[in-house]
Amino acid sequence: MQPLTSRAKAVDRKPMNLWERMYIPAIAKGMSITFGHMFKKKPTVNYPEKKRPFSPVFRGLHVLNRDEQGRERCTACGLCAVACPAEAITMEAAERLPGEENLYREEKYAAKYEINMLRCIFCGLCEEACPKDAIYLSETFAPSNYTRKGFIYGKEELLIPDPVTQPEEFAKAKGQRH
Amino acid sequence: MHLTLLAFDWVLLLEKAVLILIIISVSLLVAMYETWGERKVAAFMQDRRGPNRAGPGGVFQPLADGLKLFMKEEIIPLSSSRFLFVLGPGLAMLTAMMTSAVVPWSSHFHLWGRDISMQIADVNIGILYIFGVVSMGVYGIMIGGWASNNKFSLLAAIRGASQIISYELAMGLSIIALLMITGSLSLKTIVEQQQVGHYYVLLQPLGFLIFLICAFAECNRTPFDLSEAENELNFGYHQEYSSMKLGFYLFAEYVNMFISSAVMATLYWGGYDIPFVNDASLVQSMGQNPVAILQVVSLFVKIVIFIFFFMWVRWTIPRFRYDQLMRLGWKVLIPLALFNMLATGAFILWRG
Repeated sequence: MQPLTSRAKAVDRKPMNLWERMYIPAIAKGMSITFGHMFKKKPTVNYPEKKRPFSPVFRGLHVLNRDEQGRERCTACGLCAVACPAEAITMEAAERLPGEENLYREEKYAAKYEINMLRCIFCGLCEEACPKDAIYLSETFAPSNYTRKGFIYGKEELLIPDPVTQPEEFAKAKGQRH
Repeated sequence: MHLTLLAFDWVLLLEKAVLILIIISVSLLVAMYETWGERKVAAFMQDRRGPNRAGPGGVFQPLADGLKLFMKEEIIPLSSSRFLFVLGPGLAMLTAMMTSAVVPWSSHFHLWGRDISMQIADVNIGILYIFGVVSMGVYGIMIGGWASNNKFSLLAAIRGASQIISYELAMGLSIIALLMITGSLSLKTIVEQQQVGHYYVLLQPLGFLIFLICAFAECNRTPFDLSEAENELNFGYHQEYSSMKLGFYLFAEYVNMFISSAVMATLYWGGYDIPFVNDASLVQSMGQNPVAILQVVSLFVKIVIFIFFFMWVRWTIPRFRYDQLMRLGWKVLIPLALFNMLATGAFILWRG
């Protein structure tokens, strides 16, 4: 029969000779292999102390963006919720009242915006669907939690810090990114 | 009556009591850290990191494990034989600890004008005592497995018992060859002979190999851990046990490992003798007490090496099948041990 790979090797069914039946050399060989492994580099990353660097295109937790004046960009059009294949996003729209121009960029805004991180598959289609550059996937992932409720992220968790009123937090959250 | 009581050496009694206390706590401490060491060695051999969350390098892991075992619910099955069920783990632990009585941990300390021997009991039949106690260890397994009233536990216990009994034979025969050279059953005398002459592993390499393999079997360690073959017998003879009763069984295994390492080091690797150095001349230059401490350290280094070897083998070699185990014990090790015995006897006769 034609071998399927170049590494195929027929099983040797010859009876063992005396040297092989002593087993001690084979055991010694095996033990030298395990001993050698003691000094190999460990692939494990010590997670909370050390974090694996993510690639720039990593799709992690969502953030809701603000513009340069600190106004929320989201206009609650619902395109992200429609695009979401996991149906993880819900929102409620509200009308901007006079005097709230410094809070919301458009006349309509999201009064409630929730993403269920347990349903989310982090595909990034919401990011692509958004016409207002309001939603982005960041380079962090959801921390563990004791309850399911804790995985439903509202506007408080999602909105980035205001660059005007909270410049320190904004600079910290922005980090090395540009 | 009063005179005989007064003539009794009460300080000796105190001395021995303190020594027993120290040795028992040290063996428990060593057993504790063996669990940590085992997990670390296993991890390193599998390119993992092992426990490293509790304290630096995970050194408090055994405390956490112990606390967890204490916190667990203590379950005694209704259908079990209650008294024997409790007796089983106690017996396993007791026999594991009792062996340490005849092991000489160092030569002696010279304190307050007394020579304090570092051996609990220098009985002249030390090796026989060890054999007697070790063969009692099988009762811990057997009683525990039987009292659980569980088919798998009983099966595992029978496996363990038959394995220990078969390997004890080869172990005894390999020791006979050693005893023909030493001419003494006292462990202290055997160590003193090795301090002057060669380590007996040089004279008895085959005997040592047989003894080592049998020690693995006696401790129920891989490749001979058939009594807790978890994929065949769920969990082995301690399946029905929980909480610290289970802890006692697991602990007894590690204490056994420690003690059998100590016995192996004593019989074949010079015991507390400091290698490459003449201990007697060292006593002349440094005094008795520092040398005695060095000897304890030397014995412990040997023990740690053996314990590492136990773990190393465990994480390298797969478990034997039952027929392979019996074949190795009865058809290979016993004839080999007999041959070793005859060869040693012939050698002694030839040398005169």
